[in-house]
Amino acid sequence: MEHFFLNIAHSLIVWLMGLGLSSKGADLVLLIVQWICIVAIVTINVIVLIWLERKVAGFMQQRLGPNRLGPAGMFQTIADAIKLLTKEDIIPSAADRIIFRTAPIFFIIIAVMLYVVLPMGDGMQIVDLNVGVFYFISVASLSTICLLMAGWGSNNKWSLLGAMRSVAQMISYEIPLAFSLLGVIMIAGSLSLSDIVAAQNNIWFIILQPVAFITFFIAATAELNRGPFDMPEAEQELTAGAYTEYTGMRWALFFLAEYTNLVAVSALASTMFLGGWHGPWLPSWIWIIIKTYLVMLIFMWMKWTFPRIRMDHLMSFSWKVLIPVTLANILVTGAGIQFLAGMGW
Amino acid sequence: MGDYNLDKMLAELQNLMGDKLELSEDAFFNWIHISPDQLLVLMDKLKNEYGFNYLANLTAVDYGEYFEIVYHLYSIPANNKTGVKTRVSRNQAQVDSVCLIWPTADWQEREVYDLMGIDFKGHPNLVRVLLPDDFTGHPLRKDFEMER
Amino acid sequence: MLRTEQFTINIGPQHPSTHGGLHVEAVMDGEFIVDAIVHLGYVHRSVEKIAESRTYPQYVPYTSRLDYLASHLPTLGYCQAVEKMLGVAVPERAEYIRIIMAEFSRIASHLLFIGSCAIDLGATTGLIYCLRDRERIMDMFEMTSGQRLIASYMRIGGVSEDLPDTFIPAARSFIADFPEMIAEYDGLIIGNEILQARLKGVGRLNADDAIAYGVSGPNLRACGIDYDIRKAEPYGIYDRFDFTVPLAENGDSWDRLLVRMEEMQQSIHIIEQALNQLPEGEVKAKVPRIIKPAEGIEVYHRIESSKGELGYYIVADGGEKPYRLHVRAPSFINLMVLPMISKGGKLQDIIANIATLDPVLGESDR
Repeated sequence: MEHFFLNIAHSLIVWLMGLGLSSKGADLVLLIVQWICIVAIVTINVIVLIWLERKVAGFMQQRLGPNRLGPAGMFQTIADAIKLLTKEDIIPSAADRIIFRTAPIFFIIIAVMLYVVLPMGDGMQIVDLNVGVFYFISVASLSTICLLMAGWGSNNKWSLLGAMRSVAQMISYEIPLAFSLLGVIMIAGSLSLSDIVAAQNNIWFIILQPVAFITFFIAATAELNRGPFDMPEAEQELTAGAYTEYTGMRWALFFLAEYTNLVAVSALASTMFLGGWHGPWLPSWIWIIIKTYLVMLIFMWMKWTFPRIRMDHLMSFSWKVLIPVTLANILVTGAGIQFLAGMGW
Repeated sequence: MGDYNLDKMLAELQNLMGDKLELSEDAFFNWIHISPDQLLVLMDKLKNEYGFNYLANLTAVDYGEYFEIVYHLYSIPANNKTGVKTRVSRNQAQVDSVCLIWPTADWQEREVYDLMGIDFKGHPNLVRVLLPDDFTGHPLRKDFEMER
Repeated sequence: MLRTEQFTINIGPQHPSTHGGLHVEAVMDGEFIVDAIVHLGYVHRSVEKIAESRTYPQYVPYTSRLDYLASHLPTLGYCQAVEKMLGVAVPERAEYIRIIMAEFSRIASHLLFIGSCAIDLGATTGLIYCLRDRERIMDMFEMTSGQRLIASYMRIGGVSEDLPDTFIPAARSFIADFPEMIAEYDGLIIGNEILQARLKGVGRLNADDAIAYGVSGPNLRACGIDYDIRKAEPYGIYDRFDFTVPLAENGDSWDRLLVRMEEMQQSIHIIEQALNQLPEGEVKAKVPRIIKPAEGIEVYHRIESSKGELGYYIVADGGEKPYRLHVRAPSFINLMVLPMISKGGKLQDIIANIATLDPVLGESDR
């Protein structure tokens, strides 16, 4: 079981080379297959996730959640997806059509791009970039532009306000997000995600870097636009903010991308802090799934408990609390590493 | 306002205003009937000298030939109450606004204007409040024709 | 230097946080509110004009549709106003039943207030918890009148039916469970730091302005003014009950929330006393089938509704229909301060202010 997917990939390559392809060509075909797999996993996962989120919300709010379609309402999301696909696609006449149309597409592309560097199990990584963490953060920050495109292209004041908020919020929270990861990077001594996982063979970084984990978690919530930091959407204030004018499939793409981001960031959190795919008894790829889902459940728990924070509180929290704390964490980590090195570790 | 005396106040007002003012009483309220030209003088006194700081209700009744504008005044915390009525003729339905004395009259006067068609002189923003801006007529007037 | 310009943004009438058809035209400077203009009338259905073509008893159901969140309270006010005109004395038992229903209505309305306050600030779960408990009150209303939301249970001269046997156990069990509910709201909603940060110091209304603008009810008491019509000018049999009027000091959104939390506990206290003292007997006075108050009688009757001072000004002309009926709607007048308290705040503050002023548009637009 441990090398189930690796074996499939290996036999695929052998079969392709048996057909007469060069090893480069076989790798290319494998890469395409991997991409298709990611997209498929992401889509199916989102269907499960939406069902899970509604069930979690229902559980927290003492109601049942979806329970009509299929066992425990599991097919509800599929029905919803079909509904969204068949809905009329409305583009406001005043919208900037090109920007309006491309924003959701870029958003989902960026979300899927994040999966390239995530180690999904022992050796299960599409590209093992030596700057993996850096790649992840920089690609994740691109999604700001898509929200701004959506808000601007809609030509709607609510959307524009939502887009403005998202830009301000994401810029402010990317800094603590990156800073809180720095502590881990310093201990692991590498920006490569596979090295970071390998460094957690003996001890998870959440134990060495508890403060960094908390600051990372808060900043990630803001990056994901999830409650209590869902300022750009804010359905009670901005009537869905940047997404106000989107209907049907375009809106569904945003929705899909948001959940895709959620999975990616949760997977990053488990990779950086919770030992990645390390774990006893079970295959490595099952461990990463378990850890990712645990992190996502915490995200959902937060979303369905807290009210929405106010914009100015949000900004001052980032600049006055999170950034100083993460900087102090880096300082302490650096001093600790030097001290331990001096002790001869 | 502890030693406030309603009768004393009414007597004082009667002396001051003379025949511009009439008093009456029913089971629930004592009423001050004032002619519209003296309304602001009276209201100013009621608020600033006698402490009726709370204009609870302002409305108007259509009696055919004339409109009666009714003010229910209370004082907080002394908890006294008095009513003021003034009459304007149907042809010239205009009365001074008490908006500057009690800001709460703002929307209440707009409502009376909207539904009863009484013009409040000196109101800063006398536009319809409940009905659409392009509505014609004033529905609470008794001669308002309702379409079937 | 960047050139910036103000823009207007229409909050409502189609907006999730406007509690009905409220339309606020906000002039914004970025996220800051420079000015706010309130437009009303989206649910105007001219209840005052309708009154002129309905007999006095026929008009009772219309009143529950004023404040549909606490439907017993406007009905109570109307029935008492007409009884005042007729000089009818209501039987003791009916008076107690009315108090019980009125206070349950107040609790139901305040529960929804807390829930909608939570959801307007983004805490979805808070709403569901409040609705869960409000549902028990709705069930009790259904027991008595067969109607949940707009009950029209009170009649001129009493109430329509006696309480069913199941009512008193249900009411007692609600009272017994109430401290637990409050503890839950304290944990989930009131105790939340984000919520406190969003409400404290927001939408501040000082006491003088509150009186000048005719603000009433919990919004007035949140400014520190001890003015409750149940105490100041007791109607019905409120003078027989022991309760305190909860007050706050600052008049901000947070205080408006706290005052209502406290008021629910006082209402429970009143209901408890009323249930203990509930006498046996008739529930409806002998009222003539055709009600004709004498010509020239006019009455202004006001009650402390869950939103504030709800007044009925009724003029009779000797006929069986009111000559003129005016409703002094607390929501209407409370909304007048919305622009004042929202100026200078942020867009998110105006949502909090609307939520904590607790307007019901059915009442404010009439």
